[in-house]
Amino acid sequence: MSEVVSALAGARASGMVELADAGATGMITLRGDHALLGAAVQAVLGLAMPEVRRVVAGEGAQVLWMSPDELLVITGYDVAPGLAADLQSALGDAFATVAVVSDARALIRLSGAQARDVLAKLCPVDFADFPVGALRRTRAAQVAAAVWRTSDSDWSLICFRSVAGYVWEALVTVAQPGGEVALYR
Amino acid sequence: MSHRLGTGGRLIDRTRPMEFTFNGKAMRGYGGDTLASAMLGAGQVLAGRSFKYHRPRGVVASGAEEPNALVGLGEGQRFEPNQRTTTTELFSGLKATSQNHWPSLEFDVGAVNSKLWRFFPAGFYYKTFIAPRPFWKHVYEPIIRRSAGLGKAPAAESRDADRYEQIYAFCDVLVIGGGIAGLAAAKAAADKGQRVVLVEQTVAFGGRAVVDGAVIDGQSAEAWVAAQLAALHGMDNVTVLSRTMASGVYDHGYVLAYQRVADHEPGADKPRHRLWRVRAGHVVTATGAIERPLSFAGNDLPGVMLAAAVRDYVVNWAVSPGKRVAVVTNNDDAYRTALALHAAGVAVAAVIDARAEATGELPAKARAAGIRVLEDTAIRHVEGGKAVTGVALCRFDSDGGAVFETLACDAVAMSGGWSPVVHLWSHCGGKLTWDESGAFFRPDPARPPLGQDGQGFVTAVGTANGVLDTAGVLADAGSSAVVEVEAEAPMKPVWMMPAQADYLLRAKMWLDPQNDVKVSDVQLAAKEGYASVEHTKRYTTLGMATDQGKLSNINGLAILSDALGQPIPQTGTTTFRPPYTPISLGVIAGEARGGIFQPLRKTAMHDWHEAKGAHWEPVGHWRRPYCYPQGNESHKDAVAREINQVRGSVGLLDASTLGKLLVKGPDAGRFVDMLYTNLMSTLPVGKCRYGLMCNENGFLSDDGVVARLSEDSFLCHTTSGGADRILAWMEDWLQCEWWDWKVHVINLTEQFAQIAVVGPNARKVLEKLGGMDVSREALPFMEWREGALGGVQARVFRISFSGELSYEIAVPASQGQAFWEQLLAAGAEFGVAPYGTEALHVLRAEKGFIMIGDETDGTVIPQDLGLSWAISKKKADFLGKRGMERTAMVSADRWKLVGLETLDGSVLPDGALAPLPGKTPNGQQATQGRVTSTYHSPTLGKGIAMGLVHRGPERMGEVIAFQSASGGEVSARIVDPCFYDKAGEKQDV
Repeated sequence: MSEVVSALAGARASGMVELADAGATGMITLRGDHALLGAAVQAVLGLAMPEVRRVVAGEGAQVLWMSPDELLVITGYDVAPGLAADLQSALGDAFATVAVVSDARALIRLSGAQARDVLAKLCPVDFADFPVGALRRTRAAQVAAAVWRTSDSDWSLICFRSVAGYVWEALVTVAQPGGEVALYR
Repeated sequence: MSHRLGTGGRLIDRTRPMEFTFNGKAMRGYGGDTLASAMLGAGQVLAGRSFKYHRPRGVVASGAEEPNALVGLGEGQRFEPNQRTTTTELFSGLKATSQNHWPSLEFDVGAVNSKLWRFFPAGFYYKTFIAPRPFWKHVYEPIIRRSAGLGKAPAAESRDADRYEQIYAFCDVLVIGGGIAGLAAAKAAADKGQRVVLVEQTVAFGGRAVVDGAVIDGQSAEAWVAAQLAALHGMDNVTVLSRTMASGVYDHGYVLAYQRVADHEPGADKPRHRLWRVRAGHVVTATGAIERPLSFAGNDLPGVMLAAAVRDYVVNWAVSPGKRVAVVTNNDDAYRTALALHAAGVAVAAVIDARAEATGELPAKARAAGIRVLEDTAIRHVEGGKAVTGVALCRFDSDGGAVFETLACDAVAMSGGWSPVVHLWSHCGGKLTWDESGAFFRPDPARPPLGQDGQGFVTAVGTANGVLDTAGVLADAGSSAVVEVEAEAPMKPVWMMPAQADYLLRAKMWLDPQNDVKVSDVQLAAKEGYASVEHTKRYTTLGMATDQGKLSNINGLAILSDALGQPIPQTGTTTFRPPYTPISLGVIAGEARGGIFQPLRKTAMHDWHEAKGAHWEPVGHWRRPYCYPQGNESHKDAVAREINQVRGSVGLLDASTLGKLLVKGPDAGRFVDMLYTNLMSTLPVGKCRYGLMCNENGFLSDDGVVARLSEDSFLCHTTSGGADRILAWMEDWLQCEWWDWKVHVINLTEQFAQIAVVGPNARKVLEKLGGMDVSREALPFMEWREGALGGVQARVFRISFSGELSYEIAVPASQGQAFWEQLLAAGAEFGVAPYGTEALHVLRAEKGFIMIGDETDGTVIPQDLGLSWAISKKKADFLGKRGMERTAMVSADRWKLVGLETLDGSVLPDGALAPLPGKTPNGQQATQGRVTSTYHSPTLGKGIAMGLVHRGPERMGEVIAFQSASGGEVSARIVDPCFYDKAGEKQDV
């Protein structure tokens, strides 16, 4: 296999929060009736269906609720094509669509106590009632994004690959020291 | 003269002296000062000049309502004009300059306007600059522009040195205003467990109560405020923001609040301003009230100030506006100013009260303190020029003919009563009601701004709700605190002083001191037929100054109502619009500046292009290389070289920006048959077909190659700019019209880096990479295969937009850069070079291929472009089919696509029209065609063009004239649009 380079090429930055490019990450889009998709996800990944705007995390894979007929599986870059094929077989002839989209997005990790304050500067989201495992599809400044909480102080954000640099710069800008707001405490 | 008092000043810290300059003159203030209090403390009363007459102006207020004391602040990249000294916190090294005068603040040539006031009546501009009409643009406009505006704009080359940001916040209750009403309302909501955000526009909380000295629950207002604030700070469900002005209330509880994070510490490593974009379940406006000036002759002289502002300066900053101050009033509250001055050791010349008698608790206190109280008295006029020297007194209910006494004084504190700050209540539709007893408009609780549920979402409390006494304020805000404060006797509405003032006096009574609108101007407007308050505002410029009429509004419309002989509520108010006070342009931009002004979309090879010095062309939010100039090569030469490279050997194009939409499902064939004009469902798996998409009207919308991936899936390529639009178009039809069709659309545009390998040596390059068979037999023209190339999983399309042997190769985007470099290495022996969008355009134009956006403009149907072959005659329906059958679309008289060759080989100007003699029915120049694409073709060594020409294809060989760039004409022959390899032999090898 040729050299795999994520859009942000492993960038890291520090400010009000720690920012890190998650690097090449496997992603699989599933479209279809959620009952159908849920069965396939259970059979192939051993994971339950996420509730609305939630993430179910397991060993080696997370399943993200994206819309009433869409899921996104996050997994290892190398295993994504194989898992996609397994999901396709599990779905059989049912009306459902599986697509590997590992290269279509960038995944950025934010960590630190002020992560919500930083996100609130770019995303019109109420982060007050936002437990671990919750997810929002929203925008980051001027582009589409999704954010979810992976632990008390760890967050993940995905955006399209072509605007990864834009989102990264926007995050670095609003996370500069001196911009503390103490909105979420 | 104004001066600093020896003791006192609850907000200043005398241990922190701060040096600053005003017009280059060194002055000193203290930490906690505003620029206004520091200037007054340093004896600087004169702060600027008025807009129209260039009259000398001094500070009149102590807060956001200030109309006069505006200065230019800072210098260079931090220079900002029209800053209110009253809301500017002092810092060491502050540099302020006065505005709107020449050559100096003290001596201003423009002040001659003031002597000519008879010639500058209301509506001056409308009356003067009417005839002759040709003067509008070349004489009047330059004159008006030169004299317009107060402060200077920052230098064109300067760039804001600071950073700005925005933040989204959500709460159950947003309380606007940190006075006692706001604090009580915030506490009450917070105690109920609601999420509360409390914003206060100044740095200090407590509003008027802490200055006026009420006693709340047995403690000083100051101690009570501190306790409330401490309690709020300690609650997890409360966010308290000072230096934060709520600037506008919008639909659905949306409120913008402007936080001046670091104005008071320039150069600090902080965002200067932050815009809070708040969604509130409910909004409480506890915005207080603004004192009204009184209209007497000479009320605009520096040294004439609002009574409560005088009190603020004395109590908060230990600054007195004068050595001997006259207080003039129509209410009891102003006696507090007399008492505060007296307590601070400043002489009070007298309290001049327009009421027949002043016998309330406060006048009694004043008399007890030995302050002279004059009842039924008016200021006839103020004496002095650039400063107050005295006031001439007459009976209030007179025409001012008889002055009975002239009082010596060097400052005047005036109070005409109070007007609740109803701006935020009104922004989103809250209605007002006239309060007879207070002579002001207050929020009508029966007609609040309504939310989506039809319920009011704003509540006004305290003074902002028209409750002026401190005890009532707290009760109105839901507090049961016991308040001890002097009772106040009723005020007397006074709109003019003396009551029957003659014309000469009225012409010296300022309503709007910044824009120089006087009582006489509003009366003249009424006489001239201006009955609407909105029209009068624009005619006289009353309330159009930077303070937006905060002081002048009620006084002005009272004068107008009187002149029209109708009650004030019938006249109504002008419209309150956001922002409450101006907010910075920087904070509106927020983080969006420099590199992140807007999203820049980058392909996987973007950085490589940039490193190679690509000249960029914006395509949507993408940047695509236009060409790759080498050394000192011109763009034109680079484009020619790239074209020759492609035609002669092999070139590479980054085609990643093309839209790639996966259409999949049992009904996918049916769906693409509806979307495209041609029959797509018959396309065999493994093959590609060029397709056209039209809108319902039949107009060409997008084009691209469709590849059939499997029995139930198609990959639809769109134009670079069209991917998102076409995705939305497909989803629209699937979600709204054909919701029962089993089709999914997934946008795979960004999943793949796509590289076109183009030219006679293209196959050799791929063969060097190794892997899949790319021979003509294994991969014929207009087919696709999947496999590995150079170790990278790839989908290879044999499609050509150049007429050459061409492969478009899609690889995972993360491997795009590596694959690109493999191609460069493999192609080195053929001199491989990247080519840009301009070469792409010329290559396709040589072949007569259309480009969406060049040959189409939303009024062009495929038949116009000779694309009838791509329109299915077999299909029962497709989007645009009926549109194309309309009379005008099937007319033989349409402009149709042809090639154009100039007789002299020159390049036609882009967009040039082919004129015809005569006029159209609309009276415009008649034309018979226009140029849609035009280039110099290095392959053919001459200019080539495509254009839409009336009945063009029927006129092959005819020579017609087009406009030339120089204004003349160029002759061009109508030819076939395909200039190169018409048989298509080169692409199918």
